[in-house]
Amino acid sequence: MATAQVIDRNVDAKGQMCPMPVLTLAKAMKELQPGQVLAISATDLGAKRDIPAWAEKTGNQLLEIVDEGGVLTFYLKKSA
Amino acid sequence: MFGFDKRQQNGVPAGAPDAAAQPVSASVQADLATPPRLSIVLFSGTVDKLMAASILATGAAAMGMQVELFLTTWGVVAFRKDDWRTNTRVSSDYADYGPAMRERMAAKHVSSWMDNLLGAKEIGDVHIAACSMTMELYDLKLDDMEPIVDEITGVASFMHQAQASQATLFI
Repeated sequence: MATAQVIDRNVDAKGQMCPMPVLTLAKAMKELQPGQVLAISATDLGAKRDIPAWAEKTGNQLLEIVDEGGVLTFYLKKSA
Repeated sequence: MFGFDKRQQNGVPAGAPDAAAQPVSASVQADLATPPRLSIVLFSGTVDKLMAASILATGAAAMGMQVELFLTTWGVVAFRKDDWRTNTRVSSDYADYGPAMRERMAAKHVSSWMDNLLGAKEIGDVHIAACSMTMELYDLKLDDMEPIVDEITGVASFMHQAQASQATLFI
């Protein structure tokens, strides 16, 4: 279920629709130090593809995706 | 370490199970050094198209792309100071959808196209230029425009940007 990793920042993007989830994510990631982990929850239908694409394009690490009844939680680690 | 049991296979990039900091790939490094560019000619001034343009621009900015938004014709008109607050225009073919669209956007708390663009500017590289031709046609000065508009340029400046862009859109 939840990862054993310490979460440095929790972001609630539930109910947000495209483009807000990636925008919210980009904003939140800016405030993190390299190596810190962020968890973002989203219900947006496009998030399943969008957030991994964002991580790949920006060089940040997607650790895990947890799906709990329509709410996807993405765990990302900020790269250097 | 991590509970990877519920990992969605198709969403996780290869190599992700390694919990240690993963080296940034060469292609990503290249992207971060010289970001890919998106150029958009925004010709339209109806809310439906402004929404689409703003979401594309915002998504691109969030992805680390350099975005050039070139406003022309109705795009210039839509960016006049405060116009966005009362603009309810919809493409004429879909005028009958106008009220329903507004209602649904309000009910689902969808942020406005202007808010999207403001967010995009905050987190990314977004440059908004207004077409000098249209500005002159309607006797507009930069001061008459929303502050989000950076400058007035012409077609040559835009083509310069477009030539260096990976994607150019006309909306």
